[in-house]
Amino acid sequence: MCTYQTVKVELDGAAKGAAGWFTVTGGAVYVDHPYHACQEHTVNIDFTNPGDGPSARVAVELTEEAALALVGAIQQALAAAPPGLASGQGAA
Amino acid sequence: MNDAMWAGTVTITGHGDAGLEAYLARPLGDAPRGGVVVIHHLPGYDSGTREFARTFAAHGYAAIVPNLYSREGAGAAPDDQAAAVRAKGGVPDEQLVGDVAGAAAHLNALEHANGRIGVIGHCSGGRHAFLAACSLDLDAAVDCYGAFVVNAPPADSPLKMTPLLSMAPDLSCPLLGLFGEDDKFPAPDEVAALDAELTGLGKEHEFHSYPGAGHAFFAVERPSFRPAAAKDGWAKIFAFYGRHLSA
Repeated sequence: MCTYQTVKVELDGAAKGAAGWFTVTGGAVYVDHPYHACQEHTVNIDFTNPGDGPSARVAVELTEEAALALVGAIQQALAAAPPGLASGQGAA
Repeated sequence: MNDAMWAGTVTITGHGDAGLEAYLARPLGDAPRGGVVVIHHLPGYDSGTREFARTFAAHGYAAIVPNLYSREGAGAAPDDQAAAVRAKGGVPDEQLVGDVAGAAAHLNALEHANGRIGVIGHCSGGRHAFLAACSLDLDAAVDCYGAFVVNAPPADSPLKMTPLLSMAPDLSCPLLGLFGEDDKFPAPDEVAALDAELTGLGKEHEFHSYPGAGHAFFAVERPSFRPAAAKDGWAKIFAFYGRHLSA
């Protein structure tokens, strides 16, 4: 089924796409049919910069298990670093 | 027998006089032929949808797939265009109708066109096929598991589409509906509601729901592919177009 549901998020960082590095300003997460992965549904994550056009996008299509593992890994990595080290406001 | 075809990218004029990329596949023979506008699904102007156009050409029709996301820029890949459109909430209904009208006009201007036009769409394209058939003067429409014709999208969806049931009195042509019994969008009760509405209005339609099939059972590159349902569905599509798109 097509869920059509999209969770959008403001992001601040950089990503490497087909044309090289670009500044990431936004993202979208949706559970829906993938474009490329061989599953019926995947967790699709777009890292984007709409100001640079639609090609400024890094796309990831993960299984539910992989997406949850990624969430856990992000939290684990942040917990292992000094608080605020990677903050956009600068290190504490 | 001449079964050769031409297929490739053309430019058509869509809604608001926008120049749109489109994929055209047409037989090279000189027999009069109907035209089919193939409306791509939410994931965009992909290779599977363009393959559908070649399949129609192999069966004697001129078929065209307008890239509904052309306005995102010609330099962007179709999947990137689709992600950008998705983030914006999809394409407006009015724009879709104008783009399909432009695609139909392009087909009717081709040599050997018999002036008869069908539309077909899968998934969100199924809804769009119904929308086009209620908004334009067409000769046949095929809705393959189009959702949100009867029910509205989930409340937290960013998509701006609205149900189309109130447009059913304006349906301009016979409608073939192909659905999977295991689908949730549209679920069987939504299909039944549309069936009942069209019956009540006296609108010519033919619905088939396949057991053991869910959404996207025509999609050969996806695990949802159901060969038996897809084979029977294709046969029904060609029988339907054979009746309604012949000169």
